[in-house]
Amino acid sequence: MNFIHDILVPALIFVGLGALMGVLLAVATKLFHVKKDERAEEIVSCLPGANCGGCGYAGCSALADAIVAGEAKVSSCTVGGAEVASKIAGIMGVEAGKTVRMRAQVMCSGTHSNSKKKYIYSGAADCAAASKLGGGDKLCPNGCIGLGTCVAHCPFDAIHVENGIAKVDNSRCRGCGICASTCPKGVIRLIPFDSAVWVGCMSHDNGRTVRSYCDVGCIGCKLCEKNCPSGAIKVDGNVAAIDYDKCTGCGICAEKCPRKIIHKI
Amino acid sequence: MSNIFLIMFGAILTENFIFSRFYGICPFLGVSDKPSTALGMGMAVTFVMTLSSAATYAVYYLLLEPFGLEYLKTIAFILVIASLVQFIEMFLKKYIPSLYGALGIYLPLITTNCAVLGAALVNIQDGHNFIESVVFGFSAALGFTMAIVVFAGVRAKMEFADPPKAFKGFPILLIAASLAAMAFSGFSGMKF
Repeated sequence: MNFIHDILVPALIFVGLGALMGVLLAVATKLFHVKKDERAEEIVSCLPGANCGGCGYAGCSALADAIVAGEAKVSSCTVGGAEVASKIAGIMGVEAGKTVRMRAQVMCSGTHSNSKKKYIYSGAADCAAASKLGGGDKLCPNGCIGLGTCVAHCPFDAIHVENGIAKVDNSRCRGCGICASTCPKGVIRLIPFDSAVWVGCMSHDNGRTVRSYCDVGCIGCKLCEKNCPSGAIKVDGNVAAIDYDKCTGCGICAEKCPRKIIHKI
Repeated sequence: MSNIFLIMFGAILTENFIFSRFYGICPFLGVSDKPSTALGMGMAVTFVMTLSSAATYAVYYLLLEPFGLEYLKTIAFILVIASLVQFIEMFLKKYIPSLYGALGIYLPLITTNCAVLGAALVNIQDGHNFIESVVFGFSAALGFTMAIVVFAGVRAKMEFADPPKAFKGFPILLIAASLAAMAFSGFSGMKF
């Protein structure tokens, strides 16, 4: 056993090699330092960090870069809402403007028990796949298919399928809108978070047809439209739609609806 | 010259890093969900593996062999490769931002990638000279890229398959990978 040859020399060589690499990297860090806008890092620390992509950018840091570059608005983060927008506005030195917190709402009430099917679907558990087969298994051309494509895409675990239709958990929904963009039926819409009423149907068929396949479909009777004191609800294409800018949340439409599909929270 | 071609052919097909040597299985399964990301990963591996083959050759024959420290090559190579990748990342960020944008997110993943280390060790084991080492590193990485891109295509098809519940996700991936490996084993009959 030769102490110098077997232990000291290898140890010294490795210490030397390690030190050399360390110095090289340390020098490289200084030499190749890229000046990044400090504001971008500050904005990243304000953002929720879920990287949900609801803003349309690849993630929170991509949005921060876009905001600094002036490509995105300070209020682009739908998840963070007004609070985050005002913080970012503070960093960027601009006015935040008004942001309304939104939430997703599935505009369908046709559960297994109160809507009819046209065939038994047994393919892949994906709404997009099912909607390619004659528009899904429901007779209603606009109804929720209920196979949970939105559930699979929700980054906040805020939407679940209950009894054949997707249902949003309002306490968890951050209004990023990913479910709305993945839904092949377009039956999920973003509405203001504090809206008091919503219409649980999107079928554009006429009343008679709707009655034939769904117990809870809008028949376009216009009772809500006639009774709304603020003119916020209109029946357009055989289905009621609420203008949330005008809606006062009185709930008269929900009382008058004969099909009980205008829901008051 | 024919030696070089034999090395290239062997590294890309008959002894493909993924399907025959089973190096780099982690990125092979982890980054092959889309052909575009698979290609990015493959390009980053090609870049790093070529450079690290050259660097580890120099470290081995200039530093380790003269002192009789061949038995420490694995740990020395890990150190050199990790530093090299870090260095390349910083260099690209500063001087070639477009390449950094394309490879940037994959580079940290390669720091301790066994395929990169494997190429360096095989070079020593097979007694390649400097040119052969660099060619081997480059072509082994090409084989890796080909394998991962091909498999990404297979995975894209499998998205639409409906396997039994027990096989969903990872198990069916491993089965598909083993079938691909078996197909590649056909090349190993080509002896030169």
